[in-house]
Amino acid sequence: MPEDRAQAPSGAAEIAALHAERAAELQRIKGRLAGLGEGKRYWRSLDELAESPEFLEMLHREFPQGASEWSDPVSRRQFLTLMGASLALAGLTGCVKGPKENIYPYIRQPEQIIPGKPLFFASAMTFLGYAEPLLVESHMGRPTKIEGNPDHGSSLGSTSLYAQASILSMYDPDRPRTITHLGEIRPWSEFSAQMAPVLEEQKKQQGSGIRLLTPTVTSPSLAAAIRRMLAVYPQAKWVQFEPAGRDNAREGARRAFGEVVDTVYKFEDADVVLSLDADFMVCGPGAVRHARDFAARRKVRSADPAMNRLYMVEPMPSSTGSLADHRIAMRASDIGAFASAVAAGVGVAGVEAPASLSPRQRRQAEVIARDLAAHKGRSLVIAGEWQPPEVHALAHAINGALGNAGKTVVYLPSAEAQPVNQWTAIKDLAEEMEQDKVQLLVIAGCNPVYDAPADLEFARRMEKVGLRIHLGLLADETAALCQWQIPECHFLESWGDARAHDGTVTLVQPLIAPLFGSKTLIELVALLAGEGAKSNYELVRDYWKSQLNRPDFDQFWAKCIHDGFIPDTASQPKAVTASTDRAAFAPTAPGADGIEVVLRPDPCVFDGRFANNGWLQEVPKPFSKVTWDNTALMSPATAKRLGVQDEDVVEIAVAGRKVTLPVCIQPGHADDSVTVHLGFGRTRAGKVGNKVGVNTYVLRTYEAPWVLTGAAVRKTGKRYALARTQMHWNMEGRNLVRHTDLEHFRKEPDFVKKYDYIPPASITPRHEYRDNSWGMVVDLNACNGCNACVVACNAENNIAIVGKDQVRRGREMHWIRIDQYYEGDPESPSLHTQPVACQHCENAPCEVVCPVAATVHGDEGTNDMVYNRCVGTRFCANNCPYKVRRFNFFQYQDYTTDLLKMARNPDVTVRSRGVIEKCSFCIQRLNAARIDSKLEGRPIRDGEVKTACQAACPPQAIIFGNMNDPESEVAKAKTLGHNYALLTEYNTEPRLTYLGSVRNPNPEFGEA
Amino acid sequence: MAVLALVASTGTVAALVYHSPFIRGHRVPKDQPVPFYHEHHVAGLGLDCRYCHWSVEKSSFAGIPPTSVCMTCHSQIYTDVPVLEPVRESWRTGKPIEWVKVHDLADFVYFNHAIHINKGIGCNECHGRVDKMSAMYQDSTLYMRWCLDCHRNPEKFVRPREEVFNMAYEKPANQEEIGRKLVAEYEIGNKVNCSTCHH
Repeated sequence: MPEDRAQAPSGAAEIAALHAERAAELQRIKGRLAGLGEGKRYWRSLDELAESPEFLEMLHREFPQGASEWSDPVSRRQFLTLMGASLALAGLTGCVKGPKENIYPYIRQPEQIIPGKPLFFASAMTFLGYAEPLLVESHMGRPTKIEGNPDHGSSLGSTSLYAQASILSMYDPDRPRTITHLGEIRPWSEFSAQMAPVLEEQKKQQGSGIRLLTPTVTSPSLAAAIRRMLAVYPQAKWVQFEPAGRDNAREGARRAFGEVVDTVYKFEDADVVLSLDADFMVCGPGAVRHARDFAARRKVRSADPAMNRLYMVEPMPSSTGSLADHRIAMRASDIGAFASAVAAGVGVAGVEAPASLSPRQRRQAEVIARDLAAHKGRSLVIAGEWQPPEVHALAHAINGALGNAGKTVVYLPSAEAQPVNQWTAIKDLAEEMEQDKVQLLVIAGCNPVYDAPADLEFARRMEKVGLRIHLGLLADETAALCQWQIPECHFLESWGDARAHDGTVTLVQPLIAPLFGSKTLIELVALLAGEGAKSNYELVRDYWKSQLNRPDFDQFWAKCIHDGFIPDTASQPKAVTASTDRAAFAPTAPGADGIEVVLRPDPCVFDGRFANNGWLQEVPKPFSKVTWDNTALMSPATAKRLGVQDEDVVEIAVAGRKVTLPVCIQPGHADDSVTVHLGFGRTRAGKVGNKVGVNTYVLRTYEAPWVLTGAAVRKTGKRYALARTQMHWNMEGRNLVRHTDLEHFRKEPDFVKKYDYIPPASITPRHEYRDNSWGMVVDLNACNGCNACVVACNAENNIAIVGKDQVRRGREMHWIRIDQYYEGDPESPSLHTQPVACQHCENAPCEVVCPVAATVHGDEGTNDMVYNRCVGTRFCANNCPYKVRRFNFFQYQDYTTDLLKMARNPDVTVRSRGVIEKCSFCIQRLNAARIDSKLEGRPIRDGEVKTACQAACPPQAIIFGNMNDPESEVAKAKTLGHNYALLTEYNTEPRLTYLGSVRNPNPEFGEA
Repeated sequence: MAVLALVASTGTVAALVYHSPFIRGHRVPKDQPVPFYHEHHVAGLGLDCRYCHWSVEKSSFAGIPPTSVCMTCHSQIYTDVPVLEPVRESWRTGKPIEWVKVHDLADFVYFNHAIHINKGIGCNECHGRVDKMSAMYQDSTLYMRWCLDCHRNPEKFVRPREEVFNMAYEKPANQEEIGRKLVAEYEIGNKVNCSTCHH
C-alpha cells in the first residue's frame, strides 16, 4: 500500500479542473509538435514537451530542486548529530597519529597469488536455469568484480546487469549466518541426524510424501543427483518452478513441433527481424549473445552499410524496442492476432488474418509479411518470453514458412534436465498439499509463498505439510514458514555446472569458501538420497568423471575449470517436424475490450529475487526511469481517459483482486493497457528490499499469469511520490541525440555535423600528448539502454547507493547515466537512448573553476578527480554543461559493515562525505595497464584496457582506446562521418563522442 | 597585532606538531610481535631483499613473507628462543603473524613497487639503510612533496637497475649526468599527474 505523501485534491470540482487542465496541456503539446515542421524534436518528458514552468526551473539547476538544500527536518537533525560526533573525532584525529594498521601474511603462500595483483577465474551464474558464463576478478581470495567469459559463446566477454549485480548479493549482510530450526541455531550434523528417522519413515512408503521444489535445472550433475534421490524414493516428486520462467516458450515449441526444443537465434544472418513482444537483447537465454549479434548488424562503419531491420510489436517500451526501425505499440493481448495476420501474410497454411485487427494493424502486418517474405532464409521472427504459447507456435510456423529454420533459427534439444510445464506442476503441488499427500517439503532456491500464483494459496497449504525445509540465499517469505532454514551458497561459493543457451556445459567454480557455512542444493539432495558424506566438489567432479570417462580426466578437468566450460558440449541442431495440427496456432481470442493489465518481471529486480540488491533497486528502469518502486505504466491517452496524472495512486482490480499503485505515464505505451511489474512489495527480502513498492503477485492467478483482461482501474485520489531520474541532469534539447534514416545517411554520411557549431579557435594553449590520448565513442545505433554498464560501473568504482529519498532529491551517484529521448507524437514516439558519463573535455569547464585544483587535466587526456583535495565547493558541478559530476551530500558509503567492505574494489578510493566524484575512464585500469606495459617495455595494446562499462556492454556499443594510435578502433570510429560530440558550441572538445543513430525504416511502411 | 601574533604562533606550533616525527611516525620504530632484525638478516647474513619481499618486482605490493619463509631457517636454528615464539605459534596454529605496518600510506594513495624497482629506484632510496636498522622504522617523510621531488627530477635519484637492491649504493659525483642517461634509457615518464597515484 503506497503511503500517502502529498495532499489529494478533495472536491469533485477540483478533480474536474485538473482533468480540464490535463486535456488542455495535451492539446498544447500536440500543438507544439505540429508547429515544429520538418525539424526533429527530441524530448524527455511530457513536462519538457509542454515547456511547463517546473521544467524550465529544472533546466537552470545544477542539481534538481531540493538536492542542495536541507529540506528534510529529520535528516537535517540526524546530520547535525552525526556531524557533531564526527567533528569531535576529526578534531582529535587531525592532530594525533593515524591508526595502527596491521599486515597479515599467509602461513604458506598459495600458488599463483601475487599479493596486490588480481586473479581471474572462470565461473558461471545460473539465471532461470541457464548458465551465464563469467570471469570473476579476485583480490587475494576475495571476489570483487564480474566480467563475461570471453572464450564462451554465450558471453564473448559481456554480461547482463544481473550478473554484474550478483556480486553484491553474495556480500549481502542480510544473508542468514547459520542453519536454524524453529529459529534456534543448529549444526548441519544435527540437521542430518534429525532427518535420518524422517527419511527412514519415507523409505518405507517409497518416499510418497516427499516433494522437492527447485528452480529450473539444466545442471547435469544436479539432475543426476536428483534422479539418484528419486531412485531411493520412487514415489517422491521433483517440482521445478520459476515465477517468470519459460513455460510459454516450452509450450509453444510443444505445440509447433510436438516436443520441447530450445531456439537459438542467429541474428548475425538476419536481415529482417520481427519481434513479437520479445525484449531479446535483455530477456531469455542467450540474450547477451543475441544482443551482440543483433547490434553487430546495426553498427554503421561505412558510407553504405548493410543494416538489418527490426520491427517491434510490444505494449511497453523495452530496451530492444528502443532500437526498432518500426515500433508498433500494441496491447499484449492483441499481439497473437497480429502474429496470425503476419503468418497469413507469409503463407502459413491454415492461418487467416483475424477480423479483430484494425485496418491499420492489418496493413502493418501485410507490409511486415511482405518484407519478411522478401528475405526468406534471412529473416527471423521471435516471440516474447511472456507471450502465450500460441504466439510462440506462430513464430515457429512463420520461421518455418520463411525457410528460416536451420538458418537464422536453430532448434536444439532442450537444455533443461527435465522440461516440464512448471505452471501446472506448482498447481499440482499445491493441490497435493491441500490433500495432505505431502509430509516432507524441501524448497530450494524458490520463494513460492511470495511468487506462486495467488489463487493457489501456497502459504496456507504449505503449512499443512508436516516438515518443511528451506534452502535459500536469504531468509525470505517462504523460509519464514519453514521449520528448517538452511543458508544456501551463492554461486560464487559453490561448485556446479549448468548448460548455457547453446547447450554448452558451463562450470560453476567457487571464488571463496562459503561465508556462512552455507550449503548447496546438490549437497542437500545427496543428504536426502543418503549419500551424505560427499562434498559439493566431489559430487560435481565425480559425476563428470563417470560421464566423460577419460584416462586423462584430471588434466582435462583442470583445463575445463580453467576455461569455464567443457568443450564440444554444445547441443547439436535438432531436426524438427512442424506440427500439422492447425489448432496449435489457433489465433488467440482478441483482447477483450476495456483495460488489460500486463504483468511483467521488473527490468531491475526481475521476479523479486534481486529485491535486496541495492544496485538493482537504484538503477533507473529503462524509459520510465523509476527507481525503488513499481508503478502502473500507461500511455498518455489512457491516463487522460482515466483522469490520472503521474504519481496519482490508482486501484487496479481484477476479479476481486486489488492492488494500489502509483501511475507513471509512459509515452509509447499501448493504449488501454497498463503494465505492472512484479518483484516488489516484499516483506522478508532484507533491509534493502523490504516494503519497497507494491506486491503485484496478488493479482496473478493460475489462469492468467501474464495478461489480465477486464481490469478496473480507478483513481483513488491519493498521491504517491516516485523517485524518477528522467529529468535529472538535463541538458536541454540542444541536438544531443542525432539520428537519421539509412536512405538519408547514404546521401549525407556526415548528417550529424550540420547541428554542430564549432566556435573559433580557443585562446587557451593546447595540451600535447606523447604516448596515449584516451578517448571513447558510444555507438547510439547499438546502445539499447539495458543498464549493464551502470551496474558494472557501480561495482568497479565502489559507487554508493543513496536510497529512494535521496534519489528524489537528485542525489543519485551513478557515474554513467542513460538519457532517454522520445521523438515525435507522444502517443507513438520513437525512442532513443544515450549513455552519458564524464566527457573528459579537452577544455574542461570544471578544471578552471576548482579553487583547490582537485580536478585537473591528466597528461593522457583524462580529466582527473582528486578526492583527497576536494573540499566540496561544487563549483565544478555547477560549471559542467554535461552535468556528470556527483556530490556526496552525505556519508553514503557504508564504512562499518565488514561484509560490504569485502565487496569493494581495492584499487579505487572509497569516497567520503563532501567530495565530488565522477567517471574517471576507469583510471585504475589504465594505470595498471600502463605499468604492465612498461614492465614489458611495450606500448599499451589496442583493446588491452577495457573500461568497466565497455567490458560489460552486451551490444558492444562502447569503444575505448588510444586516439593517438591511428590504427586503434576508437581512432577509426572518431573519423567516421557520423561521429559527433555533445554541446560543441562550448568548445569543450569532449573525448567522449557519439556515433549518430541511423535507422533503417521500410519505405513501404510509410504511415501504415 | 597581538591577536595576529597569537594566531601565527599557534599556527606555527600546530604545524610543528603536525609535522613532527611523533605524529608522522617518521624515524620512530614500531613495536612488532617479533623483533625482526633487518640488520642481522641483510647485512649479517646477506639475504637478498627479495628472499622475503618476493613480489616487489612484479606487483604493487612488495610482499610480507609467509610464515613458511621464516620457518625455512627457524625450523632448524634458534628453534627454542622465546622471541620467535609468535612465529612458531603461527606455524602451529595457522594464524598469521600480526605485523604492524611501518610505511603506511594514506588509503587514497596507490603506490606500485614493481614499476619503481624496474625503473631503477633503489630500495634504500625510500626505505633508507635497512641493512643498518635493528628495528624497522620509516626513514622518509612520505609527504607528497617528497614523492614529487623525485617524480619531477628523477635524474637525481635513478640508478642502474643492477644496483637497485644494493643497500650500500652511493650516488656518484656525476649523478645528474648518469641520471639523465638512465632516464632516457629506461624511458622514465616523469609522471606527475594526480591520477598516477590517486584514483
